[in-house]
Amino acid sequence: MTPLRPTTVARAADTGTRGRSAARRSLRRHWQLYLMLAVPLLWFVVFKYVPMVNAVIAFKQYNVVDGIWGSDWVGLANFQRFFDNPVFGRIVSNTFILSVYAVLAGFPVPIVLALAINEVRLRFFARTVQLVTYAPFFISTVIIVSMTILVLSPRIGLLSDVFGFFGADQPNVLGDPDAFRHVYVWTDVWQTAGYSAVIYLAALAGIDPTLYEAARVDGANRLQKIIAVDLPGIAPTAVIILILGVGNVMSLGFEKAFLLQNPLNLSQSEVIATYTYKVGLINADFSLASAIGLFNSAINLVLLVTVNRVAKRVTGSGLW
Amino acid sequence: MVGVYVLLVTALVVVLVPLLYILASSFSSPAAVSAGRVFLWPVDFTVRGYEVALSNSAIVTGFLNSLVYTVVGALISVVLTIMIAYPLSIPDLWGRKAITKFVVFTMLFAGGIIPTYLVVQALGLLDTRGALLLPQAIGVWQVIIAVAFLRSSIPDELHEAAQLDGASDLRILFTVVLPLAKPLIAVIALMYGIAQWNSYFDALLYLRDPDLAPLQIVLRNILILNTSGGSTDAAAMMERQQLANLLKYSLIVIATVPLLLVYPFVARYFTKGILVGAVKG
Repeated sequence: MTPLRPTTVARAADTGTRGRSAARRSLRRHWQLYLMLAVPLLWFVVFKYVPMVNAVIAFKQYNVVDGIWGSDWVGLANFQRFFDNPVFGRIVSNTFILSVYAVLAGFPVPIVLALAINEVRLRFFARTVQLVTYAPFFISTVIIVSMTILVLSPRIGLLSDVFGFFGADQPNVLGDPDAFRHVYVWTDVWQTAGYSAVIYLAALAGIDPTLYEAARVDGANRLQKIIAVDLPGIAPTAVIILILGVGNVMSLGFEKAFLLQNPLNLSQSEVIATYTYKVGLINADFSLASAIGLFNSAINLVLLVTVNRVAKRVTGSGLW
Repeated sequence: MVGVYVLLVTALVVVLVPLLYILASSFSSPAAVSAGRVFLWPVDFTVRGYEVALSNSAIVTGFLNSLVYTVVGALISVVLTIMIAYPLSIPDLWGRKAITKFVVFTMLFAGGIIPTYLVVQALGLLDTRGALLLPQAIGVWQVIIAVAFLRSSIPDELHEAAQLDGASDLRILFTVVLPLAKPLIAVIALMYGIAQWNSYFDALLYLRDPDLAPLQIVLRNILILNTSGGSTDAAAMMERQQLANLLKYSLIVIATVPLLLVYPFVARYFTKGILVGAVKG
């Protein structure tokens, strides 16, 4: 055992100098690359890391004259103001419910779509379905929301035709706060299912063909083949997509909720992002808005780390 | 098997019907649209909606602005993305892992809307075109896709051979890597381009000058906020109202068609790009 100590020490010292000289060698050989890297890294510092530092205004009474560093510290007062506000519980739960609903509803649809497309032997038909269902992904949020408003509008919309066909009067969907979530989530599914299906189709295409061979030899039917081969094959992809979805739970897209909002559905459509925008840019309360944003980012981070850990333990695959 | 076809035909119908409804309405007479008489086929065919849309100066300005933002923005973004992704794809680059962490961390945690706004303000970018081009210039997701692509599809042997020939890193990038990376460049240019064409939030935050407004802001004003000039004459107002209704459908088509035209050509590459990002990301 005695010779072990000196050797480890020697080896440690050795890797130390090797590390340093490797750095020097890498710098000398790749100086062009480091020079190149400097520009985008500067971008990350300016547009990503400086805002993180700027977020200290959440702990200050920010005023324009004194600037970020000159303004007075107020500790957690801004957070307290947010938590005490009667709107706090409502917007946090709105954000949470809407996001979880969106993840749960949006998760299975593209998987089913991909499995179905994968089963079809008519190449032309499969390609058509893929191309058509993929297309809405390219449409902007503004347009999606406008289409939703036009299609759902009570008097002239497409939906009123459908109701009229059955001799019924169409309810005012967009004015009904309880309908907001369903409209939000299902238009989202409509827009993104085809796009997400492509990812699963790619994963399905990567499954080892010998597995299908084996399933056939074992006499598996279509459904058994899907359960035994297809689903396990796309499971890692599905886990990553689910984690990313859950990680985004609180950073729910500002754009769509904001556009779909109207005075009638505000009780369910006000989410953290839209509220932050109103507090920060319309009421110009920068400190309160930053506190809300920071609260949001922190929850997001905790959720992402937790889900990743759970996913890793349960399925063995995760984001990192 | 029948179930599969029923399912897929349902999916087709659900996606296609709203699109066809909008398209049919955009080519119908204002009166037919306002009376709700249009379904999947134009009623009293006319291009009046398109004439009105294209004679509106705000819409034309917005369209041209968006074109500039999309092309210039995609160019800046692609160059910056390659500048970070190429070095990160070199295995023996010292500090590669630390830099990757530095970049990926920004996906997990963000300063927020207002702290970012303060940066844009401090840089003097408020109410300039730069406010739409710079703050969103690099997407971490696109960097990940680019690194994965460069690492997996450009063989190490090529690097080594070029190095033995005495080529510098920059020379290797321009003569060996970039020509092989055309599909990657197509994919990320498209991703950035679409994001620029469709974005309106940054414009809402940073721009006040209507001459700089991108198309999506103009669309929001017309389609969602319903801004149309007032008129006192009842008959004229009714006609205006009907025209305004029709205009919405035509506008939707005008704003969407450019992307739908590009999409079939690049869809093939796009799928591959997403695959690299999703499976290896």
